[in-house]
Amino acid sequence: MDAQKKIVDRLRTSFRSGVTVPEQFRRTQLNNLIEMLKDSEELILDALHKDLAKPKFEAILSEIDIVTNELYYAIANLSSWMQQEYVSKNLATKLDECFVKREPFGVVLIIGAWNYPLQLLLLPMIGAICAGNCVVLKPSEVSAATEAVLAELIPKYLSQDCFAVVCGGAEETKALLQNRFDHIFYTGSQTVARSILQAASIHLTPVTLELGGKCPCLIYGGVNTTSAARRLVWAKFFNAGQSCVAPDYVLCSAATRDLLLPEIQKALEDFYGADCKKSPDFSRIVSPRHWCRLMELLGKTSGKVVIGGENDQKERYIAPTVVVDVAEDDVLMAEEIFGPILPIITVESLEKSIDFVNSKEKPLALYVFSDNSSVVRAVLESTSSGGFCSNDGIIHMTLPGLPFGGVGASGFGSYHGRWGFETFSHRRACMLRGWALERLNGLRYPPYTEEKLGWLRWTASPKTSCTLM
Amino acid sequence: MYRAKQGEPCSKRPLLECVDLLKRSRAAFQAGRTLKETFRLTQLEAVVKMIESNQNDFVGALDKDLHKPQFETIVSELILIKNEATYAMTNLNKWMQPQSVEKNLSTSLDQCLVISEPLGVVLIMGSWCSPVQMCLVPLIGAIAAGAAFFFFKSPLTNGHSGGQSLRIVLCAGNCAVISPSVYTTHTAQLLDRLIPSYLDNECFHVILASMSDLPEVAELKFDHVFFSGNGQDGSRIARAAARTLTPVTLIIGGKNPCYVDQHCDLDATAQRIAWARFHNAGQSLVAPDYILCHTDVKEQLVEALKCCITQFYGSTPEQSHSLGRMVNREIFNHTRDIIWKSGKVAAGGQVLEAEKYIAPTILSEVAESHAIMQQEVSGPVLPILTVANVEEAIAFINGHEKPLCVYVYSSNKKIVSKMMSETSSGSFCANDSILQSVMVTLPFGGVGASGMGSLHGCYSFNNFSHKKSCLLRSTGFECVTYLRYPPYDDRNLSLMAWASTLSQKSQGWCQIL
Repeated sequence: MDAQKKIVDRLRTSFRSGVTVPEQFRRTQLNNLIEMLKDSEELILDALHKDLAKPKFEAILSEIDIVTNELYYAIANLSSWMQQEYVSKNLATKLDECFVKREPFGVVLIIGAWNYPLQLLLLPMIGAICAGNCVVLKPSEVSAATEAVLAELIPKYLSQDCFAVVCGGAEETKALLQNRFDHIFYTGSQTVARSILQAASIHLTPVTLELGGKCPCLIYGGVNTTSAARRLVWAKFFNAGQSCVAPDYVLCSAATRDLLLPEIQKALEDFYGADCKKSPDFSRIVSPRHWCRLMELLGKTSGKVVIGGENDQKERYIAPTVVVDVAEDDVLMAEEIFGPILPIITVESLEKSIDFVNSKEKPLALYVFSDNSSVVRAVLESTSSGGFCSNDGIIHMTLPGLPFGGVGASGFGSYHGRWGFETFSHRRACMLRGWALERLNGLRYPPYTEEKLGWLRWTASPKTSCTLM
Repeated sequence: MYRAKQGEPCSKRPLLECVDLLKRSRAAFQAGRTLKETFRLTQLEAVVKMIESNQNDFVGALDKDLHKPQFETIVSELILIKNEATYAMTNLNKWMQPQSVEKNLSTSLDQCLVISEPLGVVLIMGSWCSPVQMCLVPLIGAIAAGAAFFFFKSPLTNGHSGGQSLRIVLCAGNCAVISPSVYTTHTAQLLDRLIPSYLDNECFHVILASMSDLPEVAELKFDHVFFSGNGQDGSRIARAAARTLTPVTLIIGGKNPCYVDQHCDLDATAQRIAWARFHNAGQSLVAPDYILCHTDVKEQLVEALKCCITQFYGSTPEQSHSLGRMVNREIFNHTRDIIWKSGKVAAGGQVLEAEKYIAPTILSEVAESHAIMQQEVSGPVLPILTVANVEEAIAFINGHEKPLCVYVYSSNKKIVSKMMSETSSGSFCANDSILQSVMVTLPFGGVGASGMGSLHGCYSFNNFSHKKSCLLRSTGFECVTYLRYPPYDDRNLSLMAWASTLSQKSQGWCQIL
């Protein structure tokens, strides 16, 4: 579409002028984002509530605070991240300057998702700004209220020449992707990821993919079931289970399951009261379509619903639900649940559980609850996933020092903290030589002789361990 | 080695073979074949041994394929690979260390680490200009990558009083399927013969596939795809890998610009440029492809370059033992045809059809519209365009796609700095060429149209690893964790916010969660 092309062109012209490169510019944008969040907290919380019935507490924690913290972290570290990184040299380059310089790519596109509409757009954006890029933001149209708020606020607080918000649905996104970007950052589903990668391949645009998957949660060895249940329940039912890193399903023995169920029940009551629907602290499903999808899963499962199951279509409410006796090929195991339904699959041995996990796609996160360190170690070393957390869920993604990203089917690339800065930077190798040592250089010039070769080999030998070339 | 059935179309062979090899590699990977403690070191040592024990064979193969002088083969292929392998072996331990990260209040009792994991099976497609190096350097990275050394502390609640037990766990390296370019047939066949004799036969395989087959191969489910070559093929590979959501590393050749300033040591400049340009008979991803020369020194540069050609290759370069030949008829024809369509031949221009020989050639008075500037050209041909000043050079460079390398020759530090900060490229070098792309401590890779991902040293290691974030908690201490549970309480929120600001003041940030 013309309007979109104009936006991309405008941003590219700004980028070419070099305005986003100075550290001061980057800092100003970051500080402005802090102001934006401070000034507009109520507006944002309202929008999040409209979209997802997000309780204010959850919204503040998982949307506003996480972004604010990332901003402070970035501001504190930006200078050091931007430093040229000097590298060790060899004999031939002793007198030279050899370093790696981080440079911005240019105009980057960040496509957000609807479950954490603010965080999933602004956290990568922070990395992109820190790296000196211009950014086009494409919020998810499914979380329409937040999309509207961002479209209003971003141009007010950030430089309009360098940052833009493009709204719309699948058609608009497809049109947007016809433009050339210098990096694309996408959070969402595998199907859409495929078409984004294919569009990107035309221009050789690098892409970061943050995809979901079924995050398994293994519970083996001795475990403090009360603590484990509370943490599991918190991680699973936060945002009504609509988190890409929520524990999707549990693998444990029958005995563990029997100990766990009453604890889960208790935790649910402690958290949400006897009637969860009345609790102001439990979210709703984002849309009627997703509500129907989840209800269909519950309808088709051959497992047994032992906790929850209550629902209300008008409110898009589904109670925290636990299903047991779920077979490996049950409909609940076909794809990512992304809702407040927790299947428990009974697998007696840890080894079989690990085999089960490894027979599936690599997930974004993998969890294990155990007081036994060898159990945790066994799972950690025999499985692969984007991230890993023992004896808790989700919170490994809140530390800015840890990279947040997937592997295999759950994506590639990462962000948060310095990782975001690196994702949106090009590491350019730089060598600044002088004119001296031309005689040494002469060893490499034709006409080639055995004598020269001998000298070059000597300089490359393990004792001197270098390459003269 | 795959034996074709009678009547089976030739083009199907590499794909079928590859499906089988991929299956075997993956089975080997999943069976933990790369798990043995010394596996990676043994494989890296084997690469070194393979290079050292078969030097004459490599020299012979590259001589047949590219008429590459023995000197060049040894220095720019064999020694380079050996250095890379040695560097990896020396530093593997260090690279494997888990990275500890800063913790916050809530995780202060936990272990927060980033560990490196192998990806699985890597597909490596080497280019023909540096056929050995472009296969083995990424292979070294893939072998070294992903190993994780990690110290595991048992949680205090596990009944271990006082001290903590340490466990060392060594994880696997990647497996690989290597596809050397079939343009350099003798080298490809040599690698096909040698690799199974030196490296583990279940984990590492070689296939011989033409460029037209490779996209189909890339569509098979690898865990990472590495490709070096031209942009068109790179795009096809990227598209194929997109179908399986496979991450790619692309090193794409293009046109590397080289600005020569009026203030420079002209003799050294000419020598360094001539060496870089005519090395490997100009078949290189990283040589300067064209010169943007300041008007004041254009004449002198051309003269100095002419002198270098004579100095390096004598008055009859076709008889020099230091000059290579074009890799095949197609590329020879393409370059030969372009020479006389672009500017003025200031030196060289002669060809010998039978030998696929092209003389070291300098073209002056070249304009942007000339054929040689409109496409990628392989060969010992150096076009020279004239610019009035560095600004014009920068504008010219920025009017084209980002190249693998940008070069500048100048004694003026400000000019060098300007060129560096106002252009973008995979790498940058002032007052020399190529060297920045062979150092083990500098990343070698492209940006924009010149590719993505990088190689060498720890960059290879990271390129072929997955960085897994790990948070190891115990269930013993609820600590500040309880603050996050429902029923949500504004008071808890304020407490968390207050603790946040406290840390912000001391550390600049914090997340209490």
